Amino acid sequence: MDIPRNWRLRDQRYRLQGTRCASCGAHHFPPRPVCPRCRGRHVEPYRFTGRGRVYSYTVVYQAPEGFEQYVPYVVALVDLEEGVRVTAQLTDVDPEEVAIGMPVEMVLRKLGEEGERGLILYGYKFRPRIGDPKGEAESD
Amino acid sequence: MSIMIPLREIGIVGYGAYIPRYRLAAEAISRLWRGGQDQHILPVREKSVPGPDEDTVTMAVEAAQNALRRAGLSPEVIRAVWVGSESHPYAVKPTGTLVAQALGIAPATLAADLEFACKAGSEAMQAAIALVGSGMADYALAVGMDTAQGRPGDALEYTAAAGGAAYVIGPAEGAVAVLEATYSYVTDTPDFFRRAHQRYPEHANRFTGEPAYFHHIVNAARGLMDALGLTPADFAGAVFHQPNLKFPRKVARELGFTPEQIRAGLLVGEVGNTYAGSSLLGFSALLDEAWPGDRLLLVSFGSGAGSDAMSFIVTERIEAARDRAPRTHAYVTRRAPVDYATYARWRQKFTV
Ligand SMILES: [Zn+2]
Repeated sequence: MDIPRNWRLRDQRYRLQGTRCASCGAHHFPPRPVCPRCRGRHVEPYRFTGRGRVYSYTVVYQAPEGFEQYVPYVVALVDLEEGVRVTAQLTDVDPEEVAIGMPVEMVLRKLGEEGERGLILYGYKFRPRIGDPKGEAESD
Repeated sequence: MSIMIPLREIGIVGYGAYIPRYRLAAEAISRLWRGGQDQHILPVREKSVPGPDEDTVTMAVEAAQNALRRAGLSPEVIRAVWVGSESHPYAVKPTGTLVAQALGIAPATLAADLEFACKAGSEAMQAAIALVGSGMADYALAVGMDTAQGRPGDALEYTAAAGGAAYVIGPAEGAVAVLEATYSYVTDTPDFFRRAHQRYPEHANRFTGEPAYFHHIVNAARGLMDALGLTPADFAGAVFHQPNLKFPRKVARELGFTPEQIRAGLLVGEVGNTYAGSSLLGFSALLDEAWPGDRLLLVSFGSGAGSDAMSFIVTERIEAARDRAPRTHAYVTRRAPVDYATYARWRQKFTV
C-alpha cells in the first residue's frame, strides 16, 4: 500500500469527498478539476451521502497480501444515489446475503495494516443499511 | 460540596451509539474453557465482537456521525474531538485526529485521546462540558469507545466487548438534554491494570467489587444528588457502568433506584461490557426512550479508580432529534452470532 498516496487522498478515502459541477450539476468521484460532462471549470467540493445500491459484485477467496484476514469478502460496484459508480469492499455481510440492487451505506473501516509495525490504513467500504434495510426511505 | 456547574447553560445537543454486528455467546466460552460448569452463573448472555476491519477509530467515527446528525450541525463547527478508550489502535498517534479528519471536523479543532480505563469516555464528556461551559467554544465532541480484550479463558473474556457512544456538547438552547451539574470521585485503587506492552489486563479480585466499583459509584452518585438536593425518586432513569448484569443492579438497589429506572439503559446482557463505552452507550439507550422533562443520571466507573456522575434534564428537542440517526436498539438487534474459532481468528488470539 502506498502511504503518501493514501495520505494525500485521505478525505476521498475517509468520507467520499468528491466534486460537483456548478454548471451542469454532475457529481464526480474521484474529484475532478474540470467537469468531464460539460467541460465546465466551476467545480466545488462535494461530500457524497454514502447511500447507494449494489450494481454488481464478486466474492474474493484469494486475497492479496495484507487482506488475508478478511477472506472471504465481497467487492462490489456501488451506484451512489448521486449517480456515480464506485468500486468498494462490502462489510458486515455474508457473501450469500449480497444481492444486486441491495441498498447499502458507506462506512469507514480498516483497509489493511502495514504489518505489525506499520501504519493502519482506513477507507470507505459499504454495508447493508441500518434501520432502512430495504431502502424504503429513499427519495428516488 | 465540590460539584461542578458550567459558567453558562449547556447540554447534549447530539448523541449517537455504535455496536458491532457480531456476537459471541458466553455459553460458548464456558463450554470451551470450563466444560460448561459455570453455565448457570454466566455474567452476560452474549457480548459484541468487532468485525476484522473494525477498531476504536472506525467505531468512534460512526457513533460521532450519528451524534452530528442528531445535532443537525455541520462538522466544521466542532472545536474539540476527545476520544476516551483503552483500546486506541496506536500506542503513539492520536485516535482524535483520525476521527476529526474522517468526519470533516479537522483542521480547526482540538483533538486528543483520554485514558482512564472505563471512565475515559465520561472524562471526555467532562472536558467537553468544561470547554463549552466556559464559553471558549460552542461545540465539542466526546466519545467513549472500546474494543476490549480479555485473556482467553479468563473471567473477563465472557464480558470484554466492543461498542460505545458519542456526545456533542453545546449551548442549552439547542440541547436535547440540559446539564444540571457533574461530580467526580477518584482514589488510587489497584483493582485492574495493564502494564505497557502487555496484551491483556490483570485484575485483583479482592479489589474489584466493594472498594472499587461500589465505593466510587455510590460516592459519586450520592455526592451529586446531595449537593443538588435530589433523591433517586427525582430521576426518571439512571445508568451505572455495566461490567456485568449483577453490579449495576446491585449498586442501583444500594442507592435506592428501582429496577424500572435502570431498565432502558441496561444493555450489558446483550452487548457485554464495552468498557469506556459502557455507561455512555447505556445513556444513549436511555435518551432514546426519554420524555421531555425527564431527569436522567449517568454514573461511570473506571478502574484505578473513579466515577463521574452527571445529571441532565431532557428537553422537547429530543422528539425530533432521536430519529435522525439509528437508535441504540437498532444496533443491539443487528446481530450475527460467531463461533469461538471465528472470534479467536478475528481477535488474533492465536500467536504464531
Ligand atoms: Zn458539468
